Amino acid sequence: MNGPMAPTGRRYVGHLLSRLALTALLAVVLAFFALPMLWLATAPFDATPGIHVSLPEFTLANFGAILDNPYALGSLANSVIQAGGAAALVVVLSALAAYALSRVRVPGRDALLYLLLLMSSIVTGTAAMVPIFELANRLNLIDTHLGVILVTSGGLLPAAIFILKDFMDGTPTSYEESARVFGAGPLQILWHIVVPLVRPGLATIAVWAVAGVWGGFLLQFILIRDPERAPGSVILYTLYTEGGQPNLSLIAAFSLLYSLPVVVMYLFVSTKYGFRFHGGIKR
Amino acid sequence: MISLHGLTKVYPGGVCAVDELDLEIADGEFFALLGPSGCGKTTLLRTIAGLETPTSGTVGIGGADVTTTPPGRRDVAMVFQDYALFPHMDVTDNIAYPLRVKKTPKTERHAKAAATAARLSLSDMLTRRPGQLSGGQQQRVALARAIACHPKVFLFDEPLSNLDARLRLEARTFLKRLQRELAVTTVFVTHDQGEALALADRIAVMSGGRLMQVGTPTEIFQRPATPFVASFIGATPMNLLPGDVRGDVLHVAGAALPAPPGLTDGDHITYGVRPEYTDLSASPRDDAFPGTVAVMENLGTANLVTIEAGDTLIQAVVPEGDEPALGTAAWAVPRQARALVYTGDRLHAPIPA
Repeated sequence: MNGPMAPTGRRYVGHLLSRLALTALLAVVLAFFALPMLWLATAPFDATPGIHVSLPEFTLANFGAILDNPYALGSLANSVIQAGGAAALVVVLSALAAYALSRVRVPGRDALLYLLLLMSSIVTGTAAMVPIFELANRLNLIDTHLGVILVTSGGLLPAAIFILKDFMDGTPTSYEESARVFGAGPLQILWHIVVPLVRPGLATIAVWAVAGVWGGFLLQFILIRDPERAPGSVILYTLYTEGGQPNLSLIAAFSLLYSLPVVVMYLFVSTKYGFRFHGGIKR
Repeated sequence: MISLHGLTKVYPGGVCAVDELDLEIADGEFFALLGPSGCGKTTLLRTIAGLETPTSGTVGIGGADVTTTPPGRRDVAMVFQDYALFPHMDVTDNIAYPLRVKKTPKTERHAKAAATAARLSLSDMLTRRPGQLSGGQQQRVALARAIACHPKVFLFDEPLSNLDARLRLEARTFLKRLQRELAVTTVFVTHDQGEALALADRIAVMSGGRLMQVGTPTEIFQRPATPFVASFIGATPMNLLPGDVRGDVLHVAGAALPAPPGLTDGDHITYGVRPEYTDLSASPRDDAFPGTVAVMENLGTANLVTIEAGDTLIQAVVPEGDEPALGTAAWAVPRQARALVYTGDRLHAPIPA
């Protein structure tokens, strides 16, 4: 009886050990990503926050202090204007461009798209900072929301067009042809048929654009000199003590305020539109 | 009435989908465009709809030249092969969409949609989205949407091809009855000869962008104008056998058959007879094709027997109970009244003429 059982027992122990090792590895990886989140959840309520996670000595004084900062709340409003403006511009322009590129035969279309995608990573990258500043300067776009919106949109558009074109390509043309036969004009087709069909794609692009501009720092730092117009990411960089040390209690409280709108937006969009694809055609 | 004159459509890249085509379709007619894939039938339908612009030639609907009229002003309704129901609209909004484009007030168009839906027994699913409907229901919603705008012409692109076999028969009967009741000129495209024969008042058989034959289902079935049409029409392909004329006798695959008048000695002909019009004899006959029984396929109420005579295969439909044994000698006897003789790819005459 014992003979045939022994290898099974050994295999069981081996299986258990490998499960344990995997679980331990996953725990370490999880901790690596969870600790900063945990810090963000506890530090703002801690009277003396450090760069470690500890049970907070509960207080709301940090929030009082950040509200006393003359630029804190205004900077969040600036972030909303710049991120919202860029997202709106990117969604409208990329939807029109992607629709056209998807439906009209343009010679060299794919090469054009790949080239745009490649250039865009250079254009908004650090490499082109000097010419962009110079350009914005000559166009009187320094210290304006419009300047930030235009430059960030320019960087986001190629990838947005690329992604949305894929959405449009996946939408059968028979929907539009059907509407055409019933007498719908181009704008009616776009508004009644195409936009609702690619709405999950538009929502994805909008959220992605907002998150990108909201978290962006370098461009905003260079294009905005006036703290009245600076977005949250730039103001976060100014929260130092008189001694030149980072003021952790302010940074922690402001980081939480700065993160909340993006979280709320994700939840809203995901419940309202859902990041999912439509089906519904009979093949 | 739909009239096409000299219609040609050449796609960029040089593919000629429709070639110098002339066709008249009468008011109220149920008309089938039949052909193998790539024969240009769908291009022709889309050209009538206005979704394709012809390279040359004219399209007329109801007496007016609509060659350059955009699809929305031709007063036609099209049902697409994939139905193209808008997935983000419920059944009511889908059916009412043509009326929405025409700016009909909401209450009026919804009432009209509900009435049309009731006619097609869709009343229980007015608030459902297309994704929540079965294939048959989706097809009826697509039909309802086409009916709701009261067009002069219906255009159906493979209307039954997305249904499974059993449902297709029901939908076929339904569609024929609906077309009779509405009496609206209807053109539909199909690659299924059975569907075309069953539904249409007249059929145009197409190949390579040209019309091979236009006629009633009976004409097309009984007197196919070319060997191509003959082999395309019919549930089982027609036996088409090469032969020679010697005097007043046709020599075809080992059989000696009386020649119809008008043939000259030495002519090469193609002898056509459907398997349904071919009987089997167990004893030798002069007017029969000799061979051995190679394959038997059960058709339910009958058997399709394939006779092998050298390189030639001859098929015959044998009623149940009369099946020969595999490998035995058999003689396939054509019913001469139903046989056809083709010379130079054209129908010479049925026998007897």
